[in-house]
Amino acid sequence: MNSVLIALILGGLTGFLVKQRKAILKHLDRITFYSVLALLFFLGFSVGANDVIVKNLHSLGLKALTLSIAAVLGSVSASWIVYRFFFKSRE
Amino acid sequence: MKSSIVIILFFAAGIISGLLMNGSDLSIGSGMSDYALHFLLFLIGISIGSDLKVFKIIKKLHFKVLLVPVSVIIGTLAGVAAVSSLISDVTLNECLAVGSGFGYYSLSSIYITELRGESLGVIALLSNIIREVITLIAAPVMLAVFGKLAPIAAGGATSMDTTLPIITRYSGKDYAVISIFSGTVLTVLVPFMVTMFL
Repeated sequence: MNSVLIALILGGLTGFLVKQRKAILKHLDRITFYSVLALLFFLGFSVGANDVIVKNLHSLGLKALTLSIAAVLGSVSASWIVYRFFFKSRE
Repeated sequence: MKSSIVIILFFAAGIISGLLMNGSDLSIGSGMSDYALHFLLFLIGISIGSDLKVFKIIKKLHFKVLLVPVSVIIGTLAGVAAVSSLISDVTLNECLAVGSGFGYYSLSSIYITELRGESLGVIALLSNIIREVITLIAAPVMLAVFGKLAPIAAGGATSMDTTLPIITRYSGKDYAVISIFSGTVLTVLVPFMVTMFL
């Protein structure tokens, strides 16, 4: 099984066991945010340290960026329709 | 918004460190990001496990949850098809294949490099990394304009792992289960869809 899923399931079990201990859960959001910062730093590191990416950044980067923006805009627009008609009302 | 700026600064600092370290032992970076990712997923697990109402929510949602990955597929393909004519030397099918990575850059770029060569492989790698980075950076903006499913849709296949923390942070814990579901479906589909277009 995927090790990422295992980490998630272990966390889930831990959360179930500590759910009465509000003192632990209070800090969860802040620790999560710090972990996001660490992850982004390391993601940046692997981009900067990868020769293939760095050397091709100029010629291929613009094409990649165009496709990324188009893909994201298309996705969020489609999701807005689904959200508007199927999800929003239950809140 | 302040947190997004902090995130960009950390990402930029990472790139600069990576450039400075270029040529030395690169396994440190990817090894550390694996640890950070697993730790994050563990934390997300805690927040889900300590609040079990999410499982009641997914029961209530039933078929509607399927619409989330379906909308990501339709939206992504429509988006890249719309701009494919602007991109020189890349065919419509090649653009659709790059889009079908849904942010899962490692797998999609390997497939595409094998089927169409290195330059499209690099475009796939960059494009799908950028998709992940856009999601991490712009999640609060997307949420404000397009609603709570938007960060999940933008994250694509990554909404089950790397972008899940930021999605949970902005869309809320209730959407974490939808996010994992959508990301899992898309992750499984990536190899099939990429090869279908090439």
